[in-house]
Amino acid sequence: MKIVKNIVLVLLVAFVGIQFIPTKRNQSDTIPVTDFILVNNVPNNIKRKLQVSCYDCHSNNTNYPWYNKTQPVAWFLEDHIKEGKSELNFSEWDSLSNRRKASKLRSIIKQIESNKMPLESYTSIHKDAEFSEEEKSTIIKWITQLKDSL
Amino acid sequence: MKTVKTILGVLVFALMLTTVSCKDASKEDTTTKTEQAEKKEYASAYVCPMHCEGGGSDAEGKCPKCGMAYVKNENYKKEETHDNDKKEMAMNSNQDGNAEMVLKDYFNLKDALVSDDEAKAKGFGAVLKKSLRNLDVSKYTDEQQTELKEIIEDAVEHAEHISESPMTHQREHFKILSKDVTDMVAITGTSNTLYEQFCPMYDKGSAWLSMSKEVRNPYYGSKMLKCGKVQKEIN
Repeated sequence: MKIVKNIVLVLLVAFVGIQFIPTKRNQSDTIPVTDFILVNNVPNNIKRKLQVSCYDCHSNNTNYPWYNKTQPVAWFLEDHIKEGKSELNFSEWDSLSNRRKASKLRSIIKQIESNKMPLESYTSIHKDAEFSEEEKSTIIKWITQLKDSL
Repeated sequence: MKTVKTILGVLVFALMLTTVSCKDASKEDTTTKTEQAEKKEYASAYVCPMHCEGGGSDAEGKCPKCGMAYVKNENYKKEETHDNDKKEMAMNSNQDGNAEMVLKDYFNLKDALVSDDEAKAKGFGAVLKKSLRNLDVSKYTDEQQTELKEIIEDAVEHAEHISESPMTHQREHFKILSKDVTDMVAITGTSNTLYEQFCPMYDKGSAWLSMSKEVRNPYYGSKMLKCGKVQKEIN
């Protein structure tokens, strides 16, 4: 029994300990002038959907619930967001050339169409991030229009 | 009962910890390995047994840092003795930075997709990424340079995705890559006659470039090998 107690104690200390290791939070107070929503005339319903379903990993501003500030979850998340932003960062949208914008929009459509995005691991916790079939077709239609107008 | 629960909880937590740390560890491992492979201290024909900084040489001798005698590097030149595919790929990387090399790598990639070869397409995707990056744009006008740079930036991303994705995804990216390469040729020109071919079925219609007039469909491969038509002749 004593061994168990010791193990628990050690793990507890480790758990508390790793909380003090700082992680870089993906948060910023300002919305850059290159932001997707800022430079495009996005209808309100699509704007909300983008912010809820995409912006957590694909912008410079993540909305963190408390458990995501706890280690080791926060580490896992940091990696994840880094990868998401390297593929597509809505905050830096307008710095892309039209060719790249069209490319990205095409990929966005493909990802949403095939249910690859938002990730299942994300929607299982964020129920409101899920796309209904109706929402899917609305957003795909709008993004297609935007792509063709480039 | 309570202790059992605690133990279980601790175990689950420990598991979480190890998964995270394992993930990080494996990542670091791969980076250090690739870094090592590129470094002189590791990649030379003769290396210092301690791999001291600045050590390693093409001939036998002593390490300038620790004074130990060099040992023969068993990993040296392994790359050249790899199978034919890799050799072919290595030879194709764009040394001169011209558009013909980009085209050659593009056609290799196209042929891999035609023959439904995912692994080969991955390899040629990586080669194409390199030759695109090496494309020398300095001899073009300012306006052309800007456009070429945009094309390259976009195409590199698609080539990169092709180098790490399954076949269906490779083909999606190949479609946009084909447009990029076609636009590149419009600026750089080419000494060969190319055929712009078009398949009306894939993704509401998709084009690609080919060296031969005969249609071999890279979007469907063996499924619909001859679907498509010549849309345009370049040169």
